[in-house]
Amino acid sequence: MTATLPKAGAVPVASMKRRRRAPGWLAVLPLLVFTALAFGLPALAMFNGAFTVKGQTTGATSYSLSNLTTSLHGAYLTALLGSVKLSAVSAAIAAVLGLSLAQAVVTSRFRALREAVLTASGVLANFGGVPLAFAFVATLGNSGVLTRHLGLAKHGWDLYSFWGLITVYLYFLIPLMVLTITPALEGLRSHWREAARNNGATALQYWRHVALPVLAPSLLGGLVLLFGSAFAAYATAAAMVGSSVPLVTLQIADAISGNVLVGQENVALALSLDMVLVAGLVMAMYLPLQRRSARWLA
Amino acid sequence: MARLNPWRWCVLACAGLYFLVPLAASVVFTVDVPGQGVTFDAYTHILSADGFLSSLLLSLELAAATIAAVLLLMVPAMVALRLGAPKLRPVVDVVCSLPLVVPPIALAAGMGTVLKWGPEHLSRTPLFQTFVAIQNPSFPFVLVLAYVVMALPFAYRALDAGLRAIDVPTLVEAARSCGASWPQALVRAVLPNLRGALLNTSFLTLALVLGEFTVAQLLGFQPFAVWIVTVSGSQAQLSVAVSVLSLLVTWALLLALAGFGGRSRTASRG
Repeated sequence: MTATLPKAGAVPVASMKRRRRAPGWLAVLPLLVFTALAFGLPALAMFNGAFTVKGQTTGATSYSLSNLTTSLHGAYLTALLGSVKLSAVSAAIAAVLGLSLAQAVVTSRFRALREAVLTASGVLANFGGVPLAFAFVATLGNSGVLTRHLGLAKHGWDLYSFWGLITVYLYFLIPLMVLTITPALEGLRSHWREAARNNGATALQYWRHVALPVLAPSLLGGLVLLFGSAFAAYATAAAMVGSSVPLVTLQIADAISGNVLVGQENVALALSLDMVLVAGLVMAMYLPLQRRSARWLA
Repeated sequence: MARLNPWRWCVLACAGLYFLVPLAASVVFTVDVPGQGVTFDAYTHILSADGFLSSLLLSLELAAATIAAVLLLMVPAMVALRLGAPKLRPVVDVVCSLPLVVPPIALAAGMGTVLKWGPEHLSRTPLFQTFVAIQNPSFPFVLVLAYVVMALPFAYRALDAGLRAIDVPTLVEAARSCGASWPQALVRAVLPNLRGALLNTSFLTLALVLGEFTVAQLLGFQPFAVWIVTVSGSQAQLSVAVSVLSLLVTWALLLALAGFGGRSRTASRG
């Protein structure tokens, strides 16, 4: 930056440099202080609480692993595994369906269709939560419109179940996948396909040896992103199923509010720590994959 | 290569069905009440419903405060990263990505624990007043803190994309050499060029705050989303009607954003 300044003598430039560097640090400082307070403090409290045990008779606190052990046993373990299973299954289904939809849209001749689907995906992927849950309750719930008119209950349909929840989660996971995978699909050059065709490859061989290897990092990255998104979701499940499906987010909420057992706050913190570890693992997998897929799409 | 084969039509038709049917069915659900025939009561009763206006206002106030806080914290920092402090870039990068690793419910659990320190350890110190003040139910500032943290990741990406498109050092140098002061250079030269990114950030933050349920419910406050769930127990039609309306309003907002700023590629990591 100083290189573009006119050479007006060494001393003024040096003093100007010093004067200019100060605002740089000062402008970033509020952000860092804010995150330390609003994010660092709760994170520390969670970490601390997860390892703290309060003696039942004495009231004295001590550090131990017992909260974490509790959070990995019994109903809590069931909930954690339930969450992982739900997220994994819904992410896998959404990845396949999202890829098909994105492929159908990207290769379409109609630009308007593409733009419409991508815009709608941006909107739908940002939308989850309570209104989504109620829209599905009104559609497929016990007294929902489709349930009543099609008599789905007789066929064993239940929205408040594992598969019911997946049906709802797909509503924001598929658009998220479309958004994630579209840049990769657009990056597939048509001359790669033509080159493969000229060398005598069939469509299947083209996909198996050219397209899928190029898409693989983006696909895996999208899968991991969807998993994380489904894993962290709470509002939709809480508004819909109560606790008929064991999920770790629902267990945390129950433990904090003392719905089932009193005095489980620290187990809730241990469960939160479990979630952070899983989410951290997910991000640790996602970032390198994203970097790798970016290489092909330049 | 772009033939309209049956497979493509099948995929598009299935997707259209899946995404449109729940919306249509929700509208039918609110209008066609069993035993009453077609009625629009659910919609006409929204305004007079207990707690509707107060919770909606609370959500809007929270959204305004969150947007202001996000922009005030992020914009100077992001501009400074381009100008005087590029070495801090990795730090800010990590700080703004960390909230992605902590799910909202874990953040809420941690915040709840910190808030409990107030009565337990600090009741004799002046800090205690601060703890009481930020939990004031008529305007819970603690929710703004949580929402700003949750908004950081995408605010960072939106602003970064906006700043990448303009040459900040040159703009500022030009403004400075025309005699502008630092604040003038920032407000009158840099910010107008960032309009798209600023709008993008504001709209996404607004959508986040209006739909947020997890943190508010766990900390015991009642903004809009929590109110919908509370009211659903007694008035199912009303809660679905409000849900449909809030879906439409949020979509209109986000579509306006998409139309305004070109196609937005900011995927949520919610």
